[in-house]
Amino acid sequence: MPIIKDGAFAPDPWVAITDDQPIPATGDIWVSLARLDSDWGTLCSHAGELGVEVPNTTKAEKLKPYLGKLSLILLPFPAYTDGRAYSLARLLREEGYIHDLRARGNVLPDQLQFMKQVGFTSFEVTDRFPAEVWTKAAQHISAVYQEGYTEPHAARTAIWEARRARS
Amino acid sequence: MYRYDEFDHRFVAERVSQFRDQAARRLSGELTEEEFRPLRLMNGLYLQLHAYMLRVAIPYGTLNGKQMDRLAYIAEKYDRGYGHFTTRQNIQYNWIKLEDTAEILEKLAEVEMHAIQTSGNCIRNVTTDQWAGAAADELADPRPVGELLRQWSSLHPEFSYLPRKFKIAVTGSPHDRAAVRVHDIGLRMHLNDKGERGWEVIVGGGLGRTPFVGVTVRDFLPEAELRAYLEAIMRVYNLYGRRDNKYKARVKILVHELGKEEFQRQVEAEYARKPATNVELDVAELQRIETYFAAPAYEELPKFSTGFENARIQDKEFAQWVKVNVAHHKQQGYAIVNISLKPEGGIPGDATAEQMRVVADLGRRFSFDEIRVSHAQNLVLPHVKRDDLYTVYIALKAHNLASGNIGLAGDIIACPGLDYCALATARSIPIAQGISRRFADVKRQEEIGPLKINISGCINACGHHHVGHIGILGLDKKGEEYYQITLGGSSSDDAAIGSILGPGFAADEVADAIEKILDTYLGLRTGPEETFLLAYRRVGEKPFKEALYANH
Repeated sequence: MPIIKDGAFAPDPWVAITDDQPIPATGDIWVSLARLDSDWGTLCSHAGELGVEVPNTTKAEKLKPYLGKLSLILLPFPAYTDGRAYSLARLLREEGYIHDLRARGNVLPDQLQFMKQVGFTSFEVTDRFPAEVWTKAAQHISAVYQEGYTEPHAARTAIWEARRARS
Repeated sequence: MYRYDEFDHRFVAERVSQFRDQAARRLSGELTEEEFRPLRLMNGLYLQLHAYMLRVAIPYGTLNGKQMDRLAYIAEKYDRGYGHFTTRQNIQYNWIKLEDTAEILEKLAEVEMHAIQTSGNCIRNVTTDQWAGAAADELADPRPVGELLRQWSSLHPEFSYLPRKFKIAVTGSPHDRAAVRVHDIGLRMHLNDKGERGWEVIVGGGLGRTPFVGVTVRDFLPEAELRAYLEAIMRVYNLYGRRDNKYKARVKILVHELGKEEFQRQVEAEYARKPATNVELDVAELQRIETYFAAPAYEELPKFSTGFENARIQDKEFAQWVKVNVAHHKQQGYAIVNISLKPEGGIPGDATAEQMRVVADLGRRFSFDEIRVSHAQNLVLPHVKRDDLYTVYIALKAHNLASGNIGLAGDIIACPGLDYCALATARSIPIAQGISRRFADVKRQEEIGPLKINISGCINACGHHHVGHIGILGLDKKGEEYYQITLGGSSSDDAAIGSILGPGFAADEVADAIEKILDTYLGLRTGPEETFLLAYRRVGEKPFKEALYANH
């Protein structure tokens, strides 16, 4: 599956390690949350970068102890109408997580802007749509009403703040 | 009235262009119907039995003459010359082409209107008291908060893919005309000892398959915290609301399954957890919005209007209409005019383009260019001088808009039913028409007194049958329509869900059944001051059951 990062298709440097695979000594790897729990003793001192995929029913508090070691969190969209990961992403950002947050599953161009606004930074997408469709869809709305949901590439202007600054 | 600034204009224009692009991608086949569906729904576009239906938002039910004229234009140019005002104070058009939709949205944007979030699993159009800003009993105008919430909820990135639709209602009056207890969130204004505004927050009310009256989670939330607190509620709902069964996905089920205390605990924990919110920004925005809702430039008028009193004596029909359709205004010398969209045998909530233009014109000439849509599917001219009432009445009468039945038996709420709707199990409109004809005599309606008859054509309850004093639910039994009757519901301060009376009736038996119920009521009431609802609450269902089923 292609990855979109920083507004363009990009290679995926991460290696997914399934629950039945051994954990390699080096390399940038991501594992399931169950694996993170069970093998934390090994994983906490992993030589490469570490990531985790988290079900969208997970409570954000559950991830808190791991956050300092993680540089990729993948949140799934089992269906693009299942919006739980929007809140979960937002909560992780509010908890201070600053590294890559990736949306995977049923990720479509028309949801890209909202995903960026709540804090997603990379996207595992289908190859059905060319790059320009993704780019265009992600920046349709340039100004938004919600405080704290702006994003440098889309939704640049926070309307309420802009109004207050002007008055 | 609120007016768009350049930000609002830009926002709506960008949304229209976004939709135009989405519709083009659907028409070219790039998007599947399944992928397009939630996108079009979030812009109010449904695929119905015969055509697309477009629902246009009328935020908190307030609009001006120019906007109403535009609604008339759209009815003529893109539909069949009429529109249907809904229980969410919106308007919908039943015969729209997908190819025309982006153009219609552009025409709406020109007059500061849109169809954003009039459907879909997102926060819907915020509704309020149709007499807001005019009612004599009001603490303060709730519409600034309505506008604040409209903006905050528009394309909210976190809350646009909720488990299910989400409806918010606000009221600034102790007498609840906005049905706040049967909404996902209902907000009711209170004043403290210092005269500061706070809001009672009611969550988890709703109708549909599983009706509930909402529970109060905050008695007095300071107004400045409203948006932040609602965000906490929305987040708990978005994360934990059920998604496994769409009939159990509304927030009322979450509140019910967790219990009030646990739900409240989770919301408060989320609210306490969030980093300090920028409440000053909310306050600044609310103050900016409030300036748009300043009272109109009323004239100082005497209490007594000679012209009005003379007309009332000379024209008995007018006097009757005034008694039923005109309400007290907070400003001396003014009145609130309720325009019934329920003529005898008519379709509740329907208005022709010509009627819309007449109301637009009357609004401009006699009501500071303000019109309201009520959740009972009627229109309102909120600020009319008593001196002008007769002129207004004559103009309304000339266009079949002077039915004197507001709040009476003829003022029926009905969903579009099987005549239009893809979800319906039975027709609603012919049932409403039948009852309306049966009780056409205004004198008889007045004798019966305050009465809400609500009709839904399926269990989803768009016609609010659960909260009708008399509710009628259309169902399908082996290909035959039949109608279940409930009694004792209310959406007001005394909110209650009606109880099913007994076996259902065939379509042609419904009007007879309603008549028997009302005759029974007239026979047992202690006097005219004991309304149908009060009498029912005193005597219970037994006498009504006997009257209806004794011979069955």
